[in-house]
Amino acid sequence: MSGDHADAPIAARVRRMEHLLEQRGLVVPGVLDETLAAFLNRASPTNGARIVARAWIDQAFREHLLVDAQVAIAGLEMSMGGGLRAQDLQVVANSEREHNVVVCTLCSCYPLALLGPSPTWYKSEAYRSRVVREPREVLREFGVDLRPEVEIKVWDANSEIRYMVVPNRPPGTGNLTEEQLAALVTRNGLIGTALV
Amino acid sequence: MTFTTGEQVRTKNTDPPHHTRLPRYARGALGTIVRPQGAHTLPDDVVRGITSQAEAVYEVRFSARELFGAGDHTVTLSLWESYLEKP
Repeated sequence: MSGDHADAPIAARVRRMEHLLEQRGLVVPGVLDETLAAFLNRASPTNGARIVARAWIDQAFREHLLVDAQVAIAGLEMSMGGGLRAQDLQVVANSEREHNVVVCTLCSCYPLALLGPSPTWYKSEAYRSRVVREPREVLREFGVDLRPEVEIKVWDANSEIRYMVVPNRPPGTGNLTEEQLAALVTRNGLIGTALV
Repeated sequence: MTFTTGEQVRTKNTDPPHHTRLPRYARGALGTIVRPQGAHTLPDDVVRGITSQAEAVYEVRFSARELFGAGDHTVTLSLWESYLEKP
């Protein structure tokens, strides 16, 4: 299993490559930084939260989302694109009987466009190696204490497909607007390490 | 070789010297095809600079008991056809 990438030699190689591309006129200086900045400015967990809030109030949208997430989120003017390569998206929903949690055991695959940059723990070896083996214990450490009868589904994002979780709508939120509902949703909820 | 939803499959028990997207913990394990997930180029080929056709990827579900000998949860992975065989 690969470790932390942050200070890996690849970072230096990427900087060198960028410099050469600019020097040879293949890339306009600064354009890569601008592209990345523009993507990261749009990449935020508020995107995922908006999708969840809509799924809570609109049953038809919810059903569409769970079958064909790419097309469903396009209706909210969102996409998994904007990065260097568009990724597939699959959305899975929690229920009274089932809890979903996402991991990438091989590296740190993650729906960046919808959740923003991933939390440090998501990339840690501890989370990646433990959550596939003992999710109930790991979730308990996150403060998610599931009843024994709730079935846990772990999704190991090991390919071009990225996963996002729709948490259960909290009780007593019947009077809230879509915007207020979206404000309840956390990044951890979208990964499955929080209830909402 | 193609697989259909609900079919049992076994992951290959190989230990290649190059990058692969079949995690070690899921090798040689019996799982069930949940659904097809389109076609993508085999990552093992991509990293070695080998040009190959996109191949079918399947969502495959395993019980924790099958993977780790214990646990009551399931683990679902996207697996390329090349990683799978008939049990």
